[in-house]
Amino acid sequence: MHPLYQILADAAGRDKVTPGEFIIAKVDLAEINDLYLQVIMSFKEMGGDKIWDSQKVTFVMDHYAPPPTIKAAENQTKMREFAKEQGIKYFFDINRGVCHQVMPEEGLVWPDMVLVATDSHTTTHGAFGAFSTGIGATDMAAVLLTGEIWLRVPEIIKIKIQGKIRKGVMAKDIILYIISQLGTDIALYKAVEYTGETVTDMSLDERLVLCNMAVEMGAKATYIKPDKKVWDYISLVNPQKIQECRPIKQINEKENEVYESVYNFDISNLEPQVALPYRVDNVVPVSQVAEEPINQALIGTCTGGRINDIKIAAQILKGRKIFSSVRLLIIPVSNKILEKCIELGYIQTLLNAGATLVTPSCGPCLGAHEGVLSSGESCISTSSRNFPGRMGSSEAKIFLSSPATAAASAIKGVITDPREFL
Amino acid sequence: MFESIIRGKVFKVGDDIDTDQIYPGRYLYLTSPEEMAVHAMEDVIADFYKKIEGEDWIIAAGKNFGCGSSREHAPRALLYAGVKAIVAESFGRIFYRNALNVGLPAVKCSGIVKEVQQGSLIQINLKEGLIVLGTPEKTLSIEKFSPQLLAILKNEGLIPYMKKYGKYSHLKNI
Repeated sequence: MHPLYQILADAAGRDKVTPGEFIIAKVDLAEINDLYLQVIMSFKEMGGDKIWDSQKVTFVMDHYAPPPTIKAAENQTKMREFAKEQGIKYFFDINRGVCHQVMPEEGLVWPDMVLVATDSHTTTHGAFGAFSTGIGATDMAAVLLTGEIWLRVPEIIKIKIQGKIRKGVMAKDIILYIISQLGTDIALYKAVEYTGETVTDMSLDERLVLCNMAVEMGAKATYIKPDKKVWDYISLVNPQKIQECRPIKQINEKENEVYESVYNFDISNLEPQVALPYRVDNVVPVSQVAEEPINQALIGTCTGGRINDIKIAAQILKGRKIFSSVRLLIIPVSNKILEKCIELGYIQTLLNAGATLVTPSCGPCLGAHEGVLSSGESCISTSSRNFPGRMGSSEAKIFLSSPATAAASAIKGVITDPREFL
Repeated sequence: MFESIIRGKVFKVGDDIDTDQIYPGRYLYLTSPEEMAVHAMEDVIADFYKKIEGEDWIIAAGKNFGCGSSREHAPRALLYAGVKAIVAESFGRIFYRNALNVGLPAVKCSGIVKEVQQGSLIQINLKEGLIVLGTPEKTLSIEKFSPQLLAILKNEGLIPYMKKYGKYSHLKNI
């Protein structure tokens, strides 16, 4: 049985589960962000009084960090009050960062858990071997009430990635390319497992990008088999869990009995990739879009704001200046990452180059605040989505790329192949 | 009251209508139905809420309707604007759950887009699992709901369901 099915079977109190069937699963951790006052509203409308387990719920104030409007501030105030009144153990305020980084950093993510969060990019945590999926406010209210969620057991798609990554190419380029080949609905209602030597060789930071972006193919959850890199990380952030997690069993069945489909990618010759407006699967090699002018470059968010990402931006921008008419936003994914970047000198390098530092948060990725675009503007971004209106005006254009490509583009004021600077 | 037959005029949209288009991120801090309704689909169809006022409308969409964000604001805004149901080739999975949870029927129907025109009358029969098209008269089948989903739908959403049962109660015997 696939490890994801083992997790779901355990959570449903059953020996096994099969794709397509519906189960009621017990939740190990429920995360709620500050867009979702509706969770509390729905919980109360359901007649909820005390939440099922105050030790298994976490609030992260990340989307409006710090709040840009009075209403957003009031929503946060109500959430703080609710968290206090319920004795919620893990409350992370606006000074911590994006939930998808804060949860792992706090040791709240481990292999073989069921994690639900009010954010579509919850697919991220499959990189740790967890079953993790995004849900909406009322679904979450029912989790707070019962500790359970109904789930359709997903079919699993295996994506095998082989080949050595070329210089200047990052996980973001690989996943943009894969999405362009498979489409935005290939994994709808399904889970995606990533395997192959490229994935094995990747750092955890890079694996998180693959899993994070899987939702842009429609995925419900992701999976990368935990290896030493994962266990080393868990042993740093939550050593007790090492003892508690059950060993990951080998899959004994044949490949075609476990996976709905298998896709193979060889990325040995892959160039940096860019997703053109307004679709994540509208992807071309950077050479085909070079010289496209930009007004803003964004390096950050839950997709592209980890150490690896800021590091390469600092490497590229060291001793250089951004183009006179470009704004470069740097948004480390968490305060811990920001501190680390300060310690390593990356932030000073980026500030010297003319960057604007934004609070660790979701920033303008979802068009809420801190760098939204005016009509007619173009932005190259390491974030996850380039839908119309995603980052402000629906007349603005968003190009998705790796942090390296975004940094190189900030220097020249036009979309640029990062290999020119590496 | 749960109605197993929903009638309405078709509002036709394309493939991959994402949640940013259904409900833009700049309004996510809003929580009241009146405030949310006016922003439904505003970046795709200006004044959508006014255009559907006074009549029953059913959105007919291509594949992957509601892909993207987990924001429940998206189906809520459509519901508050007066949309009666959504029929699509397929849905973004979180949107699909959210729609049913807030009591907005979301129905999967293969081939719907090429069978309907903007403004044509259709009838969704949830009990029979069919969509009846007006002219020419024709029926299409819809994907069956699981017992749990059907129970949520019949209770007009997960809030009334949980208020009534206090837990998930419709999946015991499988």
